[in-house]
Amino acid sequence: MDKRTEKIREIAKRLLSEDRVDVVLGYGPGTVPLRNAPLFARTPEEADKLIWDSNCRINLANFLPRTKERVAVLAKGCDARNIVNHVVEHQIKRDQVYIVGVPCQGMLDPEKVQQREGRFIESAVESDGDLTVSGPGFETTLKLADVLRQNCQTCVHRNPPVYDELVGEPVPEQTDIDRYADINDLLGKPDGERYAYFQNLVKDCIRCYACRDACPLCYCHVCFVDEHMPQWLGKSVDPHDVLTYHILRAFHCAGRCTDCGACEAACPVNIKLRQFTRLLEKDIQERYGYEAGMSLETLPPLTVYRPDDPQEFIK
Amino acid sequence: MADMILKKNALGDFLKSLSGSYETFGPKQEDGEVKFAPVDGEVLLDYQNSRLSPKNFFFPQSERMLEFSADPAAEDAFVMKERPAAKQARLLFGIRPCDAKAFAVLDKIYRNDQYTDNYWFDKREAATLIGLACNRPCATCFCTSVGCGPFHEEGLDVLAVDLGEDILLKPLTDKGQKALDAAGGLAAADGKAAASVEKLKGEAEAAIQSKVAVDKVAERSVMELYEADHWAKVAQRCLNCGVCTYVCPTCHCFDIQDEVSGTAGDRIRNWDSCMSWLFTMHGTGHNPRPDKTSRVRQRFMHKFKYIPLKRGGDIGCVGCGRCVAQCPVNIDVRDVVRDMNA
Amino acid sequence: MKNPYLPYPVRIDKIIVETEDKNLRSFRLVFINPEDEKAFAYTPGQFAELSLAGYGEIPIGIASSPTEKGHIFFTVNKVGSVSSALHNMKEGDIMGVRGPLGNAYPLESMEGRDIVIVAGGFAVTTLRSTVTWMLHPDNRAKYGKIYFIYGARTPGMLLYRDEMQKWQERDDIETYITIDREYPGWDGLVGMVPAVLEQANPPSANATAVVCGPPVMIRFTQPVLEKLGFADDQVVLSLENRMKCGIGICGRCNVGPEYVCKDGPVFTKAQLNELPKEY
Repeated sequence: MDKRTEKIREIAKRLLSEDRVDVVLGYGPGTVPLRNAPLFARTPEEADKLIWDSNCRINLANFLPRTKERVAVLAKGCDARNIVNHVVEHQIKRDQVYIVGVPCQGMLDPEKVQQREGRFIESAVESDGDLTVSGPGFETTLKLADVLRQNCQTCVHRNPPVYDELVGEPVPEQTDIDRYADINDLLGKPDGERYAYFQNLVKDCIRCYACRDACPLCYCHVCFVDEHMPQWLGKSVDPHDVLTYHILRAFHCAGRCTDCGACEAACPVNIKLRQFTRLLEKDIQERYGYEAGMSLETLPPLTVYRPDDPQEFIK
Repeated sequence: MADMILKKNALGDFLKSLSGSYETFGPKQEDGEVKFAPVDGEVLLDYQNSRLSPKNFFFPQSERMLEFSADPAAEDAFVMKERPAAKQARLLFGIRPCDAKAFAVLDKIYRNDQYTDNYWFDKREAATLIGLACNRPCATCFCTSVGCGPFHEEGLDVLAVDLGEDILLKPLTDKGQKALDAAGGLAAADGKAAASVEKLKGEAEAAIQSKVAVDKVAERSVMELYEADHWAKVAQRCLNCGVCTYVCPTCHCFDIQDEVSGTAGDRIRNWDSCMSWLFTMHGTGHNPRPDKTSRVRQRFMHKFKYIPLKRGGDIGCVGCGRCVAQCPVNIDVRDVVRDMNA
Repeated sequence: MKNPYLPYPVRIDKIIVETEDKNLRSFRLVFINPEDEKAFAYTPGQFAELSLAGYGEIPIGIASSPTEKGHIFFTVNKVGSVSSALHNMKEGDIMGVRGPLGNAYPLESMEGRDIVIVAGGFAVTTLRSTVTWMLHPDNRAKYGKIYFIYGARTPGMLLYRDEMQKWQERDDIETYITIDREYPGWDGLVGMVPAVLEQANPPSANATAVVCGPPVMIRFTQPVLEKLGFADDQVVLSLENRMKCGIGICGRCNVGPEYVCKDGPVFTKAQLNELPKEY
């Protein structure tokens, strides 16, 4: 068992038996390989089912807005930043959430594993940086480092910036990472080509809104796509409406997105949605020097006006 | 209608010969996943199932139902008109028996004693389905628990079985026979082939790992199941994202929207999901299913209790396992039904 | 194949603003194609989808009675985008009607019985259809005593006042029109509908109660009916739910296994007891 699993169970049981929180929100084993499920532990017995491995992809901060309970949340670097964002945006009170930070070295991408293997995987076991997958008539061992999610490979905030308790020691942050190499490439292309690129990216979209529902930032009571008086955009798979939806959602997340990848993980047709949000994240960093969720003291730049805000686009 | 044999290496030619009379579709590998796409001879045989169900062929994600002119000066302004129905004959090769059974269930839903959904049936009647039996079911399949199976024939026009070097083609309907006659180049199957099929069927059914009992669900009353206390726990981690409903072959709920662009107007129907809070929302603001738990409960009650009650026992789930594979928070229908049946 | 989603084109013949807050308007519609009127043969209790091209459809109870020929008549509350667009339309405008839909009041099984009609607010629309139909010379003899109890918040919110005035003058129907609280200029009954029902004290033996109103009225009417001796299968209700197709296919209006648009909207209390309260 991963050492962190033991520590997490110990912390959870302690918090529950001390009545410090009503529920510990973590991960439990999934019923299919390479998948974990959110686990709401309300008793020490339930807490004993908590686990930690390379499949803890779901951003648990998604469950926080509008909760009335006192919650302990297991949070990777990105998740913790989203919790900070929730506090800053008044979606939960700081003293209502107990952040159990877990320094993270990356979560795996089941699509990558699937594509490497090609055949149907019926079992996947991790051990010491290796992943052994097996199915009818085959068994292969891969290196976890080779099948990490793209956002994990370029992650520069592996340690939670804010936490109440840390599971284990902080891990070294990655340096010399060019997070936006492919974005810069894209920005170098002429407008028409860029537009075609994004249109092509979402050609399979079925307007299921899983991306929105998995995203911790999307907590609006009435999402802009649900409004009907006035109705902002059509609900069909008309390519213009589809692109409008994704672009507008990215703009609503601009300055708040932590690149946790929940959107891409939830998408049933595998759209590389982070291309939208990362492009804006880069803009925000360059213009305002801001990264979301790093501190409880700062607000997302698009919610704040400063007289010295960059405005070279006003001609 | 006799069983026929096709040499596997002649499958490409078989499909090519049909593409003269039918728009032909089959499983293909695209962008790292299996999709049903137009085929021109080459088709995938070694796959489990497509990520999205093939219901899109008869129930497209978005479909223009009616059109109208929004030009106030036009003589027939704002009068709804039917659109010409495209009655292109289509052939779908490689549909799995679970998806075909789903079509059979949806046939009962899109037609009731008073009304027939012409959009569904126009396309259904113009399509011929050649299904491919599952020699190797997925780990998430539980079709045999819900009135289906890896070699099930309901909803298909022809059942194809991969015998190794040959493919057995079993015509099930007149439409199926017509397609086999149109293709030609087939030999009659012999007793050995039939015995092979029986053996493969037995092995496939035995290989289904997930068994889910549904007998008590059938016996219990609606209110007893509805008021059970496990629903809140099931719904706790649900995101109400609707992925389950979108990948599901039997989910059929839709929304109707009017869209006007300049002077041209359309009445469109789009896939909709009971997972959405908007689904039951009244204009007054009253919502009969105001919370996540009521919506999650609705989905499972609909599939496993309401549909069987209304459709003579047919369960509204065919055990394809797509929702299990795709749910971002791993809500497993097999576990939920076990709770309902406990 | 007949297309059940295609509405009949109709012209708005007359618009009447029914209530003092102007939120309720009645629309008298005339079929553009005469054969459509014949096809639209309906029974009191049924509804139709009013179709506004470019906006959508809304399911509205038919307020006219089949005994009134040449037109159909709906009273619509301004609530959302479609009803607001409808309220902005003028006499002579073209729109669509799809129907008749739904299962109608069980008028045949109500024959030979006393009828107690309890209506609140603007839910009285299909009950206007029912009462008009029952009072028609061809139909009146089929039924015993008819009680009609109807209430609104204020006199200005009562629908069909002139017609109901005429009903009050008849002796083949006992009419009780009430308003919630005292109001200057009103010398009729004052009191909530459930209280007036109790005062009216209709006999329950061999009677059917037809109840249509806002959820709060229904909640308080039910105990009164029980007190008067009405069994659950003697009480008939008409439900509302969000609808789209109106023909029992799209799944939106489901209450348990039933489709409100097709198996309903009329259900007995006994039937509703076995169903989830998702309406």
